[in-house]
Amino acid sequence: MNVPDDLQYASTHEWLRLDGADGIVGISDHAQAELTDVVYVELPKVGAQVAAGQQVCVVESVKAASDIYSPISGTITAANEALSSNPALINTDPYGEGWIFKIKVEAGEEIEELKSPVQYRELIGGSSGSGEGV
Amino acid sequence: MSGAPILKQTPLHDEHVRLGAKMVDFGGWSMPVQYSGIIDEHHAVRSKLGIFDISHMGQFFAEGPGALAWLNSLLTNNVERLSVGECQYTFLLNDAGGVIDDLIVYRIGEQNYLLVVNAAKIDEDFAWMKSHLAPDVVFENRSDDHAGLAVQGPRSALLFDAFFQGKYSRPARNEILRLEIDGDTYYIARTGYTGEDGFEVFCPANRAVKSWNDILRKGSEFEIKPCGLGARDTLRLEMCYPLNGSDLSPETTPIEAGLSIFVDLNKPKFIGKDALAKQKQEGVKRRLVPFKMVGACPPPRSHYAVYKGDRKITETTSGSLSPTLKIGIGMAYIPTEFARINEQIEIEIRGKRFPAVIEKKPLHRAGTTSA
Repeated sequence: MNVPDDLQYASTHEWLRLDGADGIVGISDHAQAELTDVVYVELPKVGAQVAAGQQVCVVESVKAASDIYSPISGTITAANEALSSNPALINTDPYGEGWIFKIKVEAGEEIEELKSPVQYRELIGGSSGSGEGV
Repeated sequence: MSGAPILKQTPLHDEHVRLGAKMVDFGGWSMPVQYSGIIDEHHAVRSKLGIFDISHMGQFFAEGPGALAWLNSLLTNNVERLSVGECQYTFLLNDAGGVIDDLIVYRIGEQNYLLVVNAAKIDEDFAWMKSHLAPDVVFENRSDDHAGLAVQGPRSALLFDAFFQGKYSRPARNEILRLEIDGDTYYIARTGYTGEDGFEVFCPANRAVKSWNDILRKGSEFEIKPCGLGARDTLRLEMCYPLNGSDLSPETTPIEAGLSIFVDLNKPKFIGKDALAKQKQEGVKRRLVPFKMVGACPPPRSHYAVYKGDRKITETTSGSLSPTLKIGIGMAYIPTEFARINEQIEIEIRGKRFPAVIEKKPLHRAGTTSA
């Protein structure tokens, strides 16, 4: 499973790419593989204030609906509208075209709570098929 | 692994793992839900060829001079209509006419019958039938000794011919062939759960791996793909074939499910007949009908609330995205007054209602997407 080194990860399998206070969020390669074919994405509301760990949107595969949580507190500034017409982008390019939302981060120190790529690799290494999180 | 349930494995378990299948708990069995992806596998079966492990399903054998009359006293369809080598879809009911299981009964000899039942119902079906056993019938549960493979898709007949190279002729639809190969007995039936042409193979458990790999090897010429339970579910739902435990239960009858053609009320008696005859005479209060979502929305799933106007009228029993129709589909027991084609209903998905319309069965006409 691909776990890029320049991202931070939540234990619920979202990734965060941070550039100053501007964050981009999606779900990990491991998460998309566990979900299988994504067929619908209910995008978060732009402008919504969210707390770290708060459920913000839903990703649906053929088999199940899965909640997506914000890895960090802030204000949602954009949602990836391309997912409305092509939800499978989450499967084909989870770290690129398959991003889900952008967030203006408020409490930067929360990033310490997230997992490093090494820690995240450890997490998914022992949990394949467990159905935990996403 | 403490606390994890110990799952039963089919003889093909290691093959699934080797092929990279995602394994899930299905009614106590470790089964492949997908290999390459549910949608990809779904399209393979609709347009080319797929193979499924159905070894979790149960095989019962009934034989003896009393087998026909005994089966006819337990099953809704009329077993007398079967010639040797033919099969029929049928129901096992409780006294109230509720569905214990739906199954296929194959007549494999003058006084010999093979019953293929749902995995989760093997023990319950067998105990029920055994408790009503007639004296001149030998009835055995040989589920553990048997494996099952379903080869499904428009290229199935081509594969059959290539596989046997004219040694055997294909069984016709709803017929079953009995083959003896190297001392082992194989049954090959022209049946399935996808709507496409296809074969179901029942063989000794210890021949499963060889059969699976032989079919995959020969099938590669026809672009065969291993398929999991995920695609099996979307394929059957497009055909509006019921899934026991979801669309059928001890609280629903075959009449309500719209499957009266598999019930012969002219038979002198069978368990559940009185309840069904009464229901048929008085009319049913609800009917199982398929629906299609109107426009883009999240896929419907089972147990979603169904609304007519502001009134919740029922819950869905099945639901999914249809990979063929590319829209949400499902089934629900709808009050008879609304159970009409083109009737508008609404499905509640996470607190929001989305429009849907009641459709005619099947939602997809199989055999129309061949590549």
